[in-house]
Amino acid sequence: MQEMNIIVCAKQIPDPEAPFSNVSVNVEKKEVLVDAPDVISPYDENALEAAIRIKEEMGGKITVLSMGRKVADTVLRKTIAAGADSLILLEDPAFERLESRSTAYVLACAIKKIGAYDLILTGRQAGDWDSGQVGLILAEILGIPCISLARSVKIKDGKVLVEKTIPVGYEAVQAGLPALVTVSNEVGELRYVARTKMLGLLKRPMTIPKWGTKDLIDNVEKLSKLQLVEMATPPDMRRACLFIEGSTPQEKAGKLAAVFKELG
Amino acid sequence: MSEVLLLVETKEGLLDKKTLELIRGGSELAKDLGVGVSAIAVGSETGALAESIASYGLKKIYRLEHPLLKGFMPDVWVGALEWLCKQIVPKVFLFSHSFIGKEVAPRLAFRLNTDLTTDCIGLKVDPQDGLLIRTKPIYGGNAIAALKCAGLPQIVTVRKNAFEPVEPVQGRSDIIQMVPDLNEAMIKVQSLKTVPEQIVELDKANVVIAGGRGISEKEDLEMLKALAKAMSKSYGNVMLGCSRPVVDKCWLSSDHQVGLTGSMIAPDTYIAVGISGAIQHLVGMIRSKKIIAINTDPGCNMFKVADYGVLEDYKAFIPALVKKLEE
Repeated sequence: MQEMNIIVCAKQIPDPEAPFSNVSVNVEKKEVLVDAPDVISPYDENALEAAIRIKEEMGGKITVLSMGRKVADTVLRKTIAAGADSLILLEDPAFERLESRSTAYVLACAIKKIGAYDLILTGRQAGDWDSGQVGLILAEILGIPCISLARSVKIKDGKVLVEKTIPVGYEAVQAGLPALVTVSNEVGELRYVARTKMLGLLKRPMTIPKWGTKDLIDNVEKLSKLQLVEMATPPDMRRACLFIEGSTPQEKAGKLAAVFKELG
Repeated sequence: MSEVLLLVETKEGLLDKKTLELIRGGSELAKDLGVGVSAIAVGSETGALAESIASYGLKKIYRLEHPLLKGFMPDVWVGALEWLCKQIVPKVFLFSHSFIGKEVAPRLAFRLNTDLTTDCIGLKVDPQDGLLIRTKPIYGGNAIAALKCAGLPQIVTVRKNAFEPVEPVQGRSDIIQMVPDLNEAMIKVQSLKTVPEQIVELDKANVVIAGGRGISEKEDLEMLKALAKAMSKSYGNVMLGCSRPVVDKCWLSSDHQVGLTGSMIAPDTYIAVGISGAIQHLVGMIRSKKIIAINTDPGCNMFKVADYGVLEDYKAFIPALVKKLEE
């Protein structure tokens, strides 16, 4: 069986599960400030998990690509700890706040620079802007088959077989390689990475290439930035919570049952 | 460069309510731009669908028909819409932020050399330059961004409930049949089979009982099911839901997931068990009439948005509640 050369695109974002009280909006600067550590966008972790499972079955190599104004290898080394083979950071101030189409263009340039690949996996959408565009557009730019919302990804006889989540259940689809698949969380969460392993990796010297515009793009003018008109805070969601008091779970249960009855 | 276009969608073979919302949104924009609003019905047989939207004030309805457009194969749907846009050059193109819209709109925007904004909750025309100002929740809904893009057509996907559905009006739209230039070679992804599964339609529930990361064992979901059973005797349609971690663990299928990438629902009562309240989850259930949170962490966000809170371990509390309800 042929070994697979897989590229996983992973975005570094502020932890999307941070409590909403830790997120604030600077209306003047049109910025969102998240008081939380950076993580790998959750659906990209699902994509990495799908890649690792394929590698376990068939052998091969996983390259993780991450792009941003500033990306931290301390966050992204988790992908190596989980089972990826190499990491390439696409870093440049010009990569900040790009339209999805421009982000996909930079990724496509990096993938062309890498050269040979069989499969590209991305998360279905990033956990910060939730646009869900980059994977689909990347496939368009590269001119390869594109399958979205995968809940299972397998390789068989030189083809990618995907169970794709659809509104009524799932659809089994296939495409020739190379192909791009966007992965949904039904695939399953990224395997657990032991803390000791992670810490060991952080200390280990590792060559992590950093590519910027000069390595990838002949003309920065080709990149279009998001044109923000305004950044606002959302309507307040808070309600006055009435805590059900009682000395035992049973007592509280009785009171909540009474609340249900009252509500009808 | 003369119209606002929108894609018509169906649900279970009939016109989807989301399309009526799009028509309202599209009509408002068209009025500001001083142009008409038209719709596209895509498929292998679109006659009945076109008729079903012919009395909503649309100027034209394009029936984009081809044998390859049977079912939904993204490769040919994108090809067909690209073909049409190159013929009629719309100024604005609206999609629902639906399964189809999410897949087709990004690819179409790329092929038309324009930028797309997805999941918009508000749209208006900038009187200065005639471009759309697109309002979109980001960071799960923690902030609301308004942005503009330069290219044409101005293309967006629109979130459910962003506009009220349009009402029927006098008069009838012109229906135009078109056969796009498509061929088998455009199909890069082959569909092998569609497997229907029993899908939980959480938006039909009166009560949703949802478990989250705090549920420590898969078996504990049985407690929530027992509670659902006990409540269904008096409180109508009670369904089991969850937040994302439960689907990630493969304990429940994704149709149970409530939140930004799951269902967005507004039941009479929402009972959140062991859900801390990440914003991506809250946006899916915040419109519930009454919210009840059961959690061991007094500082968790779910209590901040709840009407009633129970500070207890679900393992002791849920069985006690089931017992009380059965008394």
